[in-house]
Amino acid sequence: MEVAFNALPFLMEGLWVTVKVTAIVVAISLVVGVVMGVVLTYGSAWVRWPIRLYTDFIRGIPVLVLIFFAYYGLPAIGLNLDNFTAAVTALTAFKIAHVIETTRGAIQSIHQGQTEAGKAIGLPFWDRMIYIIFPQAVRRFLPPWINTVADAAKGSALVSLIGVVDLMLAMQKVIGRTFEPMPIYLLGAVIYFLINYSLSLSSRRLEKQFSYSLEK
Amino acid sequence: MDYHFNFRYIWKHFDRLLDGLVLSLELAFISILIGIVIGLALALVHTDFGWKARSFVAVYVEGIRNVPLLLLVYLVFYGLPQAGGMEYSAQTSFIITLSLYSGAYLVEVFRSGFDAVPTGLIDAGKAIGLTPWQRLIYIRIPTMFRIVLPSLSNAFISLFKDTSIASVIAVPELTYGAQWINFNTFRIIEVYVVITPMYLVTGYAILIGLRQIENRYLKRS
Repeated sequence: MEVAFNALPFLMEGLWVTVKVTAIVVAISLVVGVVMGVVLTYGSAWVRWPIRLYTDFIRGIPVLVLIFFAYYGLPAIGLNLDNFTAAVTALTAFKIAHVIETTRGAIQSIHQGQTEAGKAIGLPFWDRMIYIIFPQAVRRFLPPWINTVADAAKGSALVSLIGVVDLMLAMQKVIGRTFEPMPIYLLGAVIYFLINYSLSLSSRRLEKQFSYSLEK
Repeated sequence: MDYHFNFRYIWKHFDRLLDGLVLSLELAFISILIGIVIGLALALVHTDFGWKARSFVAVYVEGIRNVPLLLLVYLVFYGLPQAGGMEYSAQTSFIITLSLYSGAYLVEVFRSGFDAVPTGLIDAGKAIGLTPWQRLIYIRIPTMFRIVLPSLSNAFISLFKDTSIASVIAVPELTYGAQWINFNTFRIIEVYVVITPMYLVTGYAILIGLRQIENRYLKRS
C-alpha cells in the first residue's frame, strides 16, 4: 500500500491531464453537438442527411479506432497532430455524435402543442426555441448529458494508448518502475470511481428533480 | 494530397483482419452469454432478496460501471495473476473482464425488465396454482426477455465495439490486426479504409439481423 501513497503526487499530475482532456472534450462537444442537434431536428433534408450519416458512422466504430486513426492515420495525409490534440480530436468527434442524439431526443420529447401554441401567439422560430422549447428540453437533456460526461471521463483512459500521460498512463509508468500492479490499479480505480460515481449520482438527482414536469 | 494508395499489403495480410473480425465477434458473443448469466442471477437476487443482497449487487454494478474498461482489462490481466497467483492467457483474461463488465450492465437491464413484467401475469400464475419457481421459469423470465430484447441487442453491438480494447493486451482481434499491419507495412490510411467498413458493416448487419429476430419474436406474442 505504501507504493500507492508514494505514487500519489505523480498520479495526481496524471489526473489533472485526464480532467483537462475530459473538460475540453465535454465543452466542445456540448456546443457543436447542441447546434447540430437542433439542425438535425429542424433543418431541411439536405442538412439533416449529412448529420445523420455522421452520427451513424461515428457510433458504428470503436473509439479506440478513432483515436488510433487520429494519431497514426492523419499524419499520412499531411495532418500532423501531437498526441494530446489527436486524442482530444478523436474523443470530441465521438462525443459530438452522442450530444447530437441527446439534443434531438430532448427536443422531440417536448409536446407538439407547445410549438403550436408558440406559433399561435405569433412567436418567430428563434423566440419559440429560446422561450418555449429550450427551457423545457433542458430538463430532458441534462440527466443523459451528465452520463455522457461520465462516459467521457472513463473513455479518456484510452488516450493513454497514444502516449498522453493521463491518470491511466501515469499508473502504468509507476507500475513499470515498482512492479506492484495491484495497489496502483486499485488506487486508480478508486479515483476514477469517485469522479464517475459523483457524476452519475448528480445525474440521478437531477432526473428525480425534473421528473415532476414529465408527468403527463 | 500526394499520398499514393497501395492496398497490396493489406490484401496480403487480409487474413489477419478477417481472423481478427471473427475473434472480435467470438469474444463479444462468449462475453455476453456469461454476462447474461451473471446479470440474470444478480437481477433476481436484487429483486427477490433483502437489502444485504441488494447492496452487494449495487457494489458490483457501481464498481464496474464507474471505472474505465481499459483499467479493468489491465487489472485482470496484469494485476490479478500477480496478486492471486493465477495464470491465464490474454484471451481468457479479456473474456473474464468483458463478461464481468457486460454482467454489470445487464443487471440493470434485467432488473428494469423484471419490474416491467405486468403484475396481472404473475397473479394469473398464482391463480392457476404455479409455484414461485414455475412462475419464475414460465412467466417472469420469458416475459422479461421479451421486454429487454432491444436493449440486449444494443448491449451486444456495444460489446462488439469494446473488443477493440483487447488489442492492448495483444489479443489478435481486428484492431490488433490493423495495428500489426500499420507497424509492419506502414500502409496506415489503407488499413483504416479497410477496417472501418468492416466494423461498420458487421455492426449494422448484426443490428439489422437482431431487429428482425426481435420483430418476429415480438409479433408472435
